[in-house]
Amino acid sequence: MSKDSILKNPKNLKRRKLINSVMISLCVLAGLITIIPLIYIFFYTTQSGISSLNLSFFTQLPKPVGEEGGGMANAIVGSLILISIGGLIGIPVGVLSGIYISEYSKSFLASVVKFTTDILSGVPSIIIGIFAYGVIVIPMQRFSALAGGFALGILMIPTITKITEEMLKLVPMSLREASLALGVSRWKTTLKIVLTTASSGIITGILLAIARAAGETAPLLFTAFGNSFWQTNIDQPMAALPLQIFTYAISPYEDWHRQAWAGAFVLIFLVFVVNLLVRFVTRNKFSGNL
Amino acid sequence: MDNDIDNIESEIDTEIQEESDLNSKAAVLTKDLSVFFNKRAGIENINLKIRKNRVTSIIGPSGCGKSTFLRSLNLMHDMTPSARVFGEIFINGENITKYNSVDIRKKVGMVFQKPNPFPTMSIYENVIAGLRLNGSSKRSDYDQIVEKNLKHAGLWDEVKDRLKTPALSLSGGQQQRLCIARTIAVDPEIILMDEPTSALDPISAAKIEELIFNFKNDYTIVIVTHNMQQAARVSDMTAFFYLGKLIEFSKTRRMFTNPREKLSEEYITGKFG
Amino acid sequence: MIILAMVFYIALEMFNDSHESRDKFGFGFIFSSEWNPVKEDFGALPFIYGTIVSSIVALLISLPVSIGVAVFLSEIVHKSVRTPISFLIEILAAIPSIIYGFWGIFVFAPFMRTTVQPILESTLGFLPFFQGNMYGTGLLTASIILAIMITPIISAITRDVLKAIPKSQREAAYALGATKWEAIKMALLNARSGILGGAVLGLGRAIGETMAVTMVIGNKAQIVASLFEPAYSMASVIANEFAEASGSLHISALIEVGLILFGVTFIINSLARLLIYSVTRNA
Repeated sequence: MSKDSILKNPKNLKRRKLINSVMISLCVLAGLITIIPLIYIFFYTTQSGISSLNLSFFTQLPKPVGEEGGGMANAIVGSLILISIGGLIGIPVGVLSGIYISEYSKSFLASVVKFTTDILSGVPSIIIGIFAYGVIVIPMQRFSALAGGFALGILMIPTITKITEEMLKLVPMSLREASLALGVSRWKTTLKIVLTTASSGIITGILLAIARAAGETAPLLFTAFGNSFWQTNIDQPMAALPLQIFTYAISPYEDWHRQAWAGAFVLIFLVFVVNLLVRFVTRNKFSGNL
Repeated sequence: MDNDIDNIESEIDTEIQEESDLNSKAAVLTKDLSVFFNKRAGIENINLKIRKNRVTSIIGPSGCGKSTFLRSLNLMHDMTPSARVFGEIFINGENITKYNSVDIRKKVGMVFQKPNPFPTMSIYENVIAGLRLNGSSKRSDYDQIVEKNLKHAGLWDEVKDRLKTPALSLSGGQQQRLCIARTIAVDPEIILMDEPTSALDPISAAKIEELIFNFKNDYTIVIVTHNMQQAARVSDMTAFFYLGKLIEFSKTRRMFTNPREKLSEEYITGKFG
Repeated sequence: MIILAMVFYIALEMFNDSHESRDKFGFGFIFSSEWNPVKEDFGALPFIYGTIVSSIVALLISLPVSIGVAVFLSEIVHKSVRTPISFLIEILAAIPSIIYGFWGIFVFAPFMRTTVQPILESTLGFLPFFQGNMYGTGLLTASIILAIMITPIISAITRDVLKAIPKSQREAAYALGATKWEAIKMALLNARSGILGGAVLGLGRAIGETMAVTMVIGNKAQIVASLFEPAYSMASVIANEFAEASGSLHISALIEVGLILFGVTFIINSLARLLIYSVTRNA
């Protein structure tokens, strides 16, 4: 009897089971579809990149079309300089606002700042470029590394803020209380206890932001502008790796395409390593006994 | 029969006598102390006098406001934005509102339920953490301070060969004694303990109790516990809290043998809680 | 604090810098499809069209896939598979867009031209969307690349909101005799506003994406129904013309395009965040 009542409608059940397996397989398929382009891009870049990668890529200046060889040494150095400028702006602001959001999370202003940070992370990077153009390029009357670094710095802020906030929230309340109970003032507690406990996580966040900034192209187009010569003055236009890739990629020359693939490989490699590192550190953080 | 009543009465007499004697020696005195969380009262109108160099335990069912009371004594509620504190607290006869919360906490140390050594620091650094962060005392004194306080906390022999190892490498009971060493290194007068043994195994708990007993000469100790045997073992005075109110405050011996209030008796004999 | 001031400052700065073009063209700027730097006549409609169409098509492609991935990762696979796959998807989100664009030009666009577009035309060619010249680069190619780029974002948020749905709900569904999919469907329905938030966030990202789109959309300021045809987007026109803009009016017009872009992404992002907050806060 009871069996009958459960299987009152076997046809319906069969249909439901069919839908079930179809939908589940569709989900599995979705998983595969997403990974295919990644693996494709990854291997294609590696394959085309490694074959054109050699020592001169890292040590030489770009050569004019037609000449063999040449490298992106100036672009690599340029990227480093731009990122350093960006870091000088982005790291302190990002970490401080992360601290503010996490340690004063109950205040209204903190939630406004949190919301604004989220918005800022969604602002297209090219808009940040226009902003840097308006604030630095126009008054200075020329494109400069300073403007590019400034734009990268602003782009780093939301990532760093977010990670700082999350890492600080992982620090147990009891540690803050322990420190306060010793008669340590609040800001010292935050600085010396909370921040040092969360430091490894925050550092990975900074790395993540740097990796992201290293690949940014759009905001540099009309700030750092690019340069095919050595340039280390930050008030002058400067080359950057992604800019150079862009210029080479849309050019019609085989030679330049190969160079661009090599550059792309360097960038992807950087992103991969940093993400691996982040994964490793945050996993320890979550499963570790804090 | 008559004899019993006489005994009790004389005991009350001496108690009253003692109380007036010790009026000046009250380490902590609260007047109409209330703490509200949002609009709900955590504790209401607590009037309590905690004597110097005694162990006072606070018992009561969970949620009765024991910890809330304890945490108000070193102004920990400053950290909770929703909490509001009313009433007055005197420490050594002085109203604490006159002082900065940081200064109060240097005088009134606290040991927490779960051992919470600083994970990024070694054993050594943990002991001097309070001193170093406050910038008091000289670097050259640190070795001596570490040794003295670890000895005092009964941990020195176990850790003297590995002072530089991370504090988290210690066992739970050792961590808790390390936290006690860290607390007394700041040289407080009063130590608040919020269920200091409830996260520990019985043997470690016994060591902590022993420490509490030995500390009596040097510190005033207030301990919150839900273990009534512990309260009976370690304390001189016992306060019973229920639903945010102080129901009874008596000598421990009396509380556990012949409490004044019916509610206390019911709790102690296990009728509720 | 600085962040707060900054966002306002960005808006203000762009508003100020675009006054020349705003004064000259007024609201007509948005509706005019003329963009001629030589004649100094500027209208943003083709760019707005290109941006919106490419982003929405990208979202249509990406949304089902993203939800599928999220379900796949959070409900179906074992943990030992989940960790590496979610790591790979994270990487997908971290690859610089220039590399997507580069890959798009040299690998994906030819593939579109020789394989995907002919197939689409022979099967769905009766629709106006799938007719016309097959260059490889164009709206559809840009949309697919965008879809690849925003899938990690949407699926990450979908996973987060699915995680916020209590396990007991799923168990309750199973206890009533539901199949696995039916239980998942219930969780998805419960999480719908959060998923919507993720989708809107992805849309915002797609709208603002610059480099990859610039490289594959074809960069031709026109409005046509066919998805095969080249088009232009707001971000790409800024990227292409800003540095070598001919006059102050040209620059001003480009900044106004930027202002529109900023406004659109600002609204979309606020909407998305509010939706996401409303789900995860109650969890």
